[in-house]
Amino acid sequence: MKAPAVQIEGLSKHFATGPAVVDLGFAAQRGEILGLVGPDGAGKTTTLRILAGVLPADSGAAWVAGHDVVHDPEAVKSHIGYMPQQYGLYEDLTVDENIRFYADLFEITSAVRKQRSGELLAACGMMPFRRRLAGQLSGGMKRKLGLICALIHSPEILLLDEPTTGVDPVSRRELWGILYSLVFQGVTVLISTAYFDEAERCHRLLLLHRGGALFCGTPTELKSKLPGGVLSMASAEPERLRAALADADGVLSAMAMGDALHIVVDNPQRRTPELRARLEGAGLTFGDIAPMGATVEDVFAYMVSTQPGDRGR
Amino acid sequence: MPKGTSIVAQELVKRFGGFTAVNRVSFRISTGEIFGLLGPNGSGKSTIIRMLCGLLTPTSGRASVAGFNVAEQPEQVRQHIGYMSQKFSLYNDLRVIENLKFYAGLYGVKGKLLTERIAWALQMAGLTGSETLLTGELAGGWKQRLALGCAVLHRPQVLFLDEPTAGVDPLSRRRFWELIHQMAAEDVTILVTTHYMDEAEYCNRLALIDAGRIVATGSPSEIKCTSIKGDLLLVECAPLGRGLELLKSRPGVLDVAVFGAALHVVVSAAQQARVELPAALASAGVIVTAVEPIAPSLEDAFVAMTGRRPDTSEAAQ
Repeated sequence: MKAPAVQIEGLSKHFATGPAVVDLGFAAQRGEILGLVGPDGAGKTTTLRILAGVLPADSGAAWVAGHDVVHDPEAVKSHIGYMPQQYGLYEDLTVDENIRFYADLFEITSAVRKQRSGELLAACGMMPFRRRLAGQLSGGMKRKLGLICALIHSPEILLLDEPTTGVDPVSRRELWGILYSLVFQGVTVLISTAYFDEAERCHRLLLLHRGGALFCGTPTELKSKLPGGVLSMASAEPERLRAALADADGVLSAMAMGDALHIVVDNPQRRTPELRARLEGAGLTFGDIAPMGATVEDVFAYMVSTQPGDRGR
Repeated sequence: MPKGTSIVAQELVKRFGGFTAVNRVSFRISTGEIFGLLGPNGSGKSTIIRMLCGLLTPTSGRASVAGFNVAEQPEQVRQHIGYMSQKFSLYNDLRVIENLKFYAGLYGVKGKLLTERIAWALQMAGLTGSETLLTGELAGGWKQRLALGCAVLHRPQVLFLDEPTAGVDPLSRRRFWELIHQMAAEDVTILVTTHYMDEAEYCNRLALIDAGRIVATGSPSEIKCTSIKGDLLLVECAPLGRGLELLKSRPGVLDVAVFGAALHVVVSAAQQARVELPAALASAGVIVTAVEPIAPSLEDAFVAMTGRRPDTSEAAQ
């Protein structure tokens, strides 16, 4: 059994505005995609910055690629690729010039740089744009260029802070395709995201809330934490259904969607006829009622609502 | 529920110089409907909203909002609409109550109605008791609900929301959409733009926009059902990378991509594929643990409908 690629124990960081990371612990295994998932202010960026060696922790321990980040942050830098939310691209340099700049920073030989950048540009579909100024790239392409620069020194561990925020769906898929191909080569990826649908693409999730871990495990394990199940009721008037059912026995939460009501109940089998009767009694029309898979968002909302002293935001 | 029509767009076109931002866009939105314009950044969504608000004159085509022609009666249009943009347009150095009073003044809300509407907005936003906080110090979710309160102080019949949840955390987003559905139930018509695929599920009807054109219209389930040519299968196998390579070159497989610890495979015929794929993978030494049909997501639909190669989509920008 190899040592984990990344390991954290009892990590804490306070800012003047309050605690950002509180007694956090987790490990990422080699060759996995671990998603740091949570709302703004949950501690995702702070955790990644500490791991990248650019922010000192107040207390606790963190190892990255076997190196102690807390005591020797410089030692990790050649092993990681770090892409912060605002990646430092030079807008008045071309794509090729930006890559060359980062390659020089990491003291990559020109032969290695040429081969590596060729592979990465091809994988990202960026070959035709090598001479374009970075400032003239679309949002999705800028992210891809940032990723290429972060990967130019072939790091074992990739730390990505919300790389897909504001990126269109086609580019987003492409970015994930690149991440999976890196993982097949043994690279470990820590990626933060505020999109709960994206969390489903990670091998394992670390659900963060107010600087601490609510949960760590696979998306499937996470979904088993939801008591009961989710029902979908087809309807042209989901809000009227919601109003009629929100306080019914066994209903944990209800969300009106565009053409359906999604309702979390303690016991789908037992509650379905009860809910049906209630809607019929109220004279409301509805279509099929079918069980559906819980989403990561459903479970997160449930977990946060059951946190002591938390009234949500 | 046959109701009136609140928004009509007919063959709307907007050109900026040689660039066509909106290309012959048509739709009708019923009173009390939540209609979503879904598309990537730069696809023309905000330009459509600005034309409908009377802020931008269409190059050609016509549109009406709440019964008024947007090009000929922009003043009347503005009296009947609320508009909330992605930037929330709040004054960060004003207090919560001062922002509300500012917008009330702008919309001419006065007297008893003013007191009533401000109390309503504070309660709706969950800011009752926080009237004197500086707006700049509010967390994203509170700020967003305050901006919504400001946009609807004058009880508009039509509400335009331009990327209203950008940068807001998922739980606040849920609460926001609960409020929007309550407003729609009171017959407010809502036009919302978003590039979040999962968020579009909250809309009654959607138009998918790509490069200024509508490529599909329908309810979220209609769009998901009709957009994908072929069937989507989830395939769990090990080693995953080898499975991916084998399936890529297999006849009958239209698309294959890694999704978490499994593969998403689009096939031309699901029944046949469910038998053949596991056998083919097994004979190449890949162990298959599950093959099951799954429902496509709106993202799957969007990628299929726009039908673009990723690199050409970027080149067009």
